[in-house]
Amino acid sequence: MATKKMAIIATKGTLDMAYPPLILASTAAALGWDVQIFFTFYGLQLLRKNLDGIRISPLANPAMPMPVPMPVIVSVLPGMEAMATMMMKDKMKKKGVASLEELRSLCLEADVKFIACQMTVDLFEFQTSEFIDGIEYGGAATFMKFAGETDVCLFI
Amino acid sequence: MNHDKEFDASGLACPLPIVKTKKALSDMAPGQVLRVVATDPGSVADMAAFAEQTGNQLLEQSTQDKKFVFFLKKA
Repeated sequence: MATKKMAIIATKGTLDMAYPPLILASTAAALGWDVQIFFTFYGLQLLRKNLDGIRISPLANPAMPMPVPMPVIVSVLPGMEAMATMMMKDKMKKKGVASLEELRSLCLEADVKFIACQMTVDLFEFQTSEFIDGIEYGGAATFMKFAGETDVCLFI
Repeated sequence: MNHDKEFDASGLACPLPIVKTKKALSDMAPGQVLRVVATDPGSVADMAAFAEQTGNQLLEQSTQDKKFVFFLKKA
């Protein structure tokens, strides 16, 4: 049986949107798939050595479950984003959900290839020293080369 | 059932029971049996899908006191 392949484009850098690419990539790798993730725009945040800056905001997110109903005007107040992030992380820990750091390590251990989009690295003036080791840098053509051979290709 | 190794995935949520089961299998020899205990209800369907896709045989799955027990034979 030929090895299955999956390519993911990770474009988001919020706590909730950071999970799907890393969950799917680590799982596919565990199933023996060959996996690449192309990190672009805000998805580049997932490649930083320190992931503490990855947060979730209740603002403009009416679907976020809240312990008490909260008017939008309250979500705007300083500290609300930090509080929502802390509450979400606490809940995840209690429920046995892996941290982003752990999932990312599991991906790298399982040889998931991480590619940082060079154009957006330059656009946001990231230093490569801010990112973890073991990643590659490339552009759309680099992604398409692998994406064209995949069984599953996702934009997240 | 006799087994060569045990992995306790209790308290872990998706995808950790599967990803760590794969890791637990990695240093085992073909034909050896791994016993996995999980509390994530999603792991029942996921473990079957894992077995089917990787060729590791799911010999038995049972539920004991809200715990899900799996026996996997390494391919």
